[in-house]
Amino acid sequence: MTTYYSKEHEWISIEGETGMVGITDYAQNALGDIVFIEVPEVGNEHDQGDEIAVVESVKAASEIYAPVGGEVTAVNESLENDPSIVNSLAETDGWFYKVTLSDMDELDDLMDAEAYAAFIADLN
Amino acid sequence: MRYLPLSPSDRADMLEKIGVGHIDDLFEDVPRSALLKQHVGLPSHKSEMAVDRDFRAMAGKNIPAGSVPFFCGAGAYRHYVPSTVDHLIQRGEFLTAYTPYQPEISQGTLQALFEFQTQVAQITGMDVSNASMYDGSTACGEAVLMARRASRKKKAILSGNLHPHYIEVVRCATKFTNDTLVVNAVGNAFVDDLIDQIDDETSCVVVQNPDFFGNLQDYTKLAEALHARKALLVVVVTEVVSLGAVRSPGSMGADIVVCEGQSIGNGLAFGGPYVGLLATRQTFVRTMPGRVCGETVDADGKRGYVLTLSTREQHIRREKATSNICTNAGLCTLAFTIHMTLLGEKGFRHLAQLNHAKAVKLADKLAAVDGIEVINDSFFNEFTIALPKAAAAVIENLAQKQILGGVPLSRLYPHDPNMTNKILIAVTETVDDEDMDRLVSELKELIK
Repeated sequence: MTTYYSKEHEWISIEGETGMVGITDYAQNALGDIVFIEVPEVGNEHDQGDEIAVVESVKAASEIYAPVGGEVTAVNESLENDPSIVNSLAETDGWFYKVTLSDMDELDDLMDAEAYAAFIADLN
Repeated sequence: MRYLPLSPSDRADMLEKIGVGHIDDLFEDVPRSALLKQHVGLPSHKSEMAVDRDFRAMAGKNIPAGSVPFFCGAGAYRHYVPSTVDHLIQRGEFLTAYTPYQPEISQGTLQALFEFQTQVAQITGMDVSNASMYDGSTACGEAVLMARRASRKKKAILSGNLHPHYIEVVRCATKFTNDTLVVNAVGNAFVDDLIDQIDDETSCVVVQNPDFFGNLQDYTKLAEALHARKALLVVVVTEVVSLGAVRSPGSMGADIVVCEGQSIGNGLAFGGPYVGLLATRQTFVRTMPGRVCGETVDADGKRGYVLTLSTREQHIRREKATSNICTNAGLCTLAFTIHMTLLGEKGFRHLAQLNHAKAVKLADKLAAVDGIEVINDSFFNEFTIALPKAAAAVIENLAQKQILGGVPLSRLYPHDPNMTNKILIAVTETVDDEDMDRLVSELKELIK
């Protein structure tokens, strides 16, 4: 399993042609206490960069963009009752949705863990 | 806060800052034909006494609804508002309080809003209400837009017996939004027919209960058919007092309920300001427009109230906000809340029963007159009658005799020959036997 990162602070964990998507620890920290997450519907087909989810904190609503294109195969149901998992476990239990990728080449547009770490270090 | 007028140099500075040459340039989007071409003919000054005299003379040309036998409804109703309401809303703390965005200095306003929302949710049979909209018609427009957001579909079906003004407002609200509107012909509010029209593109069906002509229906079957297709039932109530006697829209399965709240706490006021109610189910709360007040605890654990779910609103979400509304009908909402509190559940139900009983009494008297037909199978406090001749002239004649005898339907349906001889008659607790007898005897004379 390999994990890639986008400039918009989403991560995607790839196994074969399926991925699991969430937001990074950096993102959850910037957003503050998360109160609601609007996840896509199972079956949703989307392109890379499409708005795929919305995260609401107490004072802001932020769009989440699909790091790659594909079809949503599952969503994390527990986010509905307890969106704070994303604050505490953004890069594990706080996953948003699972996707079957339409184009594996799109992963080339993303960063690996080391590159992402350097990217956020530069932001600070 | 200081309210000082701008000086000419203030204005000049601001215009320069934004790069505009003349203030008229800011109005270039207004069609030329709508611009005022000459000064309104007001004198530059007049004494207070003279102004008082002039306005009294103007007002004297109207027949005030409160001073004659009055039977007009069609979306706004003459009810008795207890003097306590005005006495309380005129208190400075309420009258001049501004928008409660700073909860720490707005607990009075916020607590009143919370009570209001609770009352609205209870009378409509729904889970949650917002802090009010401008009026019933715009609340209806907002409900259609909300149904689109909630269902992710774009076709709204409107009952033919929805108030024609509300239909126009929905048309206006959806003019540039890519929603498809199916507006049924007047008279078509049949549940089975509406059910047949539902397809996979349908976001909602909008019905009114009692409908524009006063008819009551059970929309449970319609709600079920809509839910099976993941669409919403929107129920409109223009006479909020009916909720004291009629099965609540919530109990019929409604997903969004919108009402005109004017009947409670607010007089006719020549058309406004009024107060729109909007209530929905918990699952749709994040798609709801308007302000929402919530209950919480402060840092010391004491109960307090705040505006909440703000991420639906413009100042957070901008283009993706659930609405462009950034206010609520504050004082009218407060008047509603106070009146409702004075009535209580028992009083509200009693008021509704009184309205219905009087309407039945008048309908029976009218039905007994040769030539007058009461059309409705069912009604709450408003029903339609048919005359053997054109109704508009009859209403005019009654007005000459200082009786405001109802709304001739030709006024709202000017091109429909079926409406020419029909009148919509509303009867509230303010109508007494003498009023009814005068109406009946004058009508008898006029249709001979």
